[in-house]
Amino acid sequence: MNIGMAFKMAINSVMSAKIRSFLTMLGIIIGVASVIVLVNLVTASTLSMRSQLESMGTNLIQVSINRGGWGQTRSVSLDDIEELTGENSDLFEAVTPLVSGMGVIKYGTNNVSSSLTGVSEDYLSIRSREVVDGRFITETDCDNRSNVVVIGEYIRQELFGSESPVGQTVKINNEKFTVIGLLDQKSSNASSGSDDDIIIIPYTRATRLLRNANINSFMVSAVSSDYMSEATEAIENFLYKKFKNDDYYNVLNTAELIDTIDDALGTMSLLMAGIAGISLLVGGIGIMNIMLVTVSERTREIGIRKSIGAKRKSIITQFLIESAVISCMGGIIGIVVGIGGSYFVCKALSMDAVPLANQVTVISGSFAFSALIGIFFGLYPANKAAKLNPIDALRND
Amino acid sequence: MIRIKNMYKIYKMGDVEVRALNGINLHIKPKEFVSIIGPSGSGKSTLMNMIGCLDTATSGEYWIDGIPVENMSEDDLAALRNEKIGFIFQGYNLLPKLSALENVELPLIYRGIDSARRRELAEAALYRVGMYERMNHKPKELSGGQQQRVAIARALSNKPSLILADEPTGALDSKTGIEVLQMMKDIHKEGNTVVLITHDSNIARNAERVVRIADGVITSDTTDVKDVVTG
Repeated sequence: MNIGMAFKMAINSVMSAKIRSFLTMLGIIIGVASVIVLVNLVTASTLSMRSQLESMGTNLIQVSINRGGWGQTRSVSLDDIEELTGENSDLFEAVTPLVSGMGVIKYGTNNVSSSLTGVSEDYLSIRSREVVDGRFITETDCDNRSNVVVIGEYIRQELFGSESPVGQTVKINNEKFTVIGLLDQKSSNASSGSDDDIIIIPYTRATRLLRNANINSFMVSAVSSDYMSEATEAIENFLYKKFKNDDYYNVLNTAELIDTIDDALGTMSLLMAGIAGISLLVGGIGIMNIMLVTVSERTREIGIRKSIGAKRKSIITQFLIESAVISCMGGIIGIVVGIGGSYFVCKALSMDAVPLANQVTVISGSFAFSALIGIFFGLYPANKAAKLNPIDALRND
Repeated sequence: MIRIKNMYKIYKMGDVEVRALNGINLHIKPKEFVSIIGPSGSGKSTLMNMIGCLDTATSGEYWIDGIPVENMSEDDLAALRNEKIGFIFQGYNLLPKLSALENVELPLIYRGIDSARRRELAEAALYRVGMYERMNHKPKELSGGQQQRVAIARALSNKPSLILADEPTGALDSKTGIEVLQMMKDIHKEGNTVVLITHDSNIARNAERVVRIADGVITSDTTDVKDVVTG
């Protein structure tokens, strides 16, 4: 018997019992849909974390020094940092101290509490940001401890509304500063806590303003992301020489961070796929169950077919194709539900949906798996059907 | 055509041995029209299963068209049934989800005939039994007599060596029964070998030769069909 005929017959028989076929498929539909949704969810969060990290720049190394216990003032001096960069000018492109704290910025009656960061003139290129209005902090500003401030889009909206911020005088922690620049907008809605919720002043001024004379953290950009490991090693060696204990400092580079996140989420997505795979397996058992019922219901049909010349192989093919058709239809419905479902879940969690091109593996994988399950769990019932004795089968009513 | 030699079929039911066929010897020549008659439990159904290659004997030999059947595998038997035997059953045994045409095509599908030729043969067979106009009807849309005619078309479609009919009129009223019997006679006249299994001597008398079976043995075998008594 040819395969085309067998397919036609299988689709006929699936369609003639729509509700039963649908219920049989349900396990596969749920299994495939949950594999796709879960894997997409993990992929979407990976992609969004990656894009956040990558927007910071893939050649960044952030160094923080543990201040130590009460009364300890472990820190690096500007001279230390300059010595380090001087030794490694072939690896490092730029460096900026980071002096951070909280600040309340006031303009007229408006005030916002935000994170305040003291940096050098290199900050802009290191974080690959731009000034869209006015100018950034210069070396002179740092040398003179000028009372100048560069703000992010969120601060501008909160303080100035429709007014132009550049040239205005604001108060930060009750000291007067002049706004000299506005940073480009990084996040889509410039909300509180985003990269646009930022106040930047010269680091020399920040150590005074925050009453924190020490520099506990700095950021280095490597000449390119290919030199990340060498640059990181140079910094670690330098800090080890200084502190003789690698618990006293922390060196983080974005490339390693991205790798770590990729690894963790890769494992997670495998785990999710595994869990969802179990529901596919359960769906397969459901198919086997129904196929066994179908075989015993259709004993007479099998008897007729055998009496007019159907061989074992023809009967096996017929029932196998039927169970494969059920599971493949379930797989296709599951894929549609899964793609739609992951789109809505991503929307609900305000993440970017995973592009279809990135879903090819999980979609084709779960479809192939559901087809295999249909065939595997169809084998036993099909074989049972093929083994029926034609006389017994004909006698059955 | 058909030669059966010393055929036994013994069922074991617990400790009891049931000899459904107890040494049958039978020879049916090509183009014969033979009735096999016997009461229920006589072994005639078992004999029909043997002739139809649906079952294998406990011992004995069986040739159909000179081919020995005893040691064939299940698949070889299926192929043999497909090629040599056209079944007509009491309950028609059409597949309910298929149309008349598809039912008649079924043996041709299992024989591996391509779809154009298959359709041609199936339509010819349906035309032969007068069901050409209704070939797209499902069995449940047809009367009993019409269903049996479709079943006859299915039996004929493969051009088998032997038409094996098991109580073909059993489920029909007497008028339709007579029509079906007339059709069997016509089929025989066209040069087919026909074996008719029945418990009814009035039906058996339509054949050229009547073989009576009781308790697994042949008790009479006559071509003088007028002599066949009722019962």
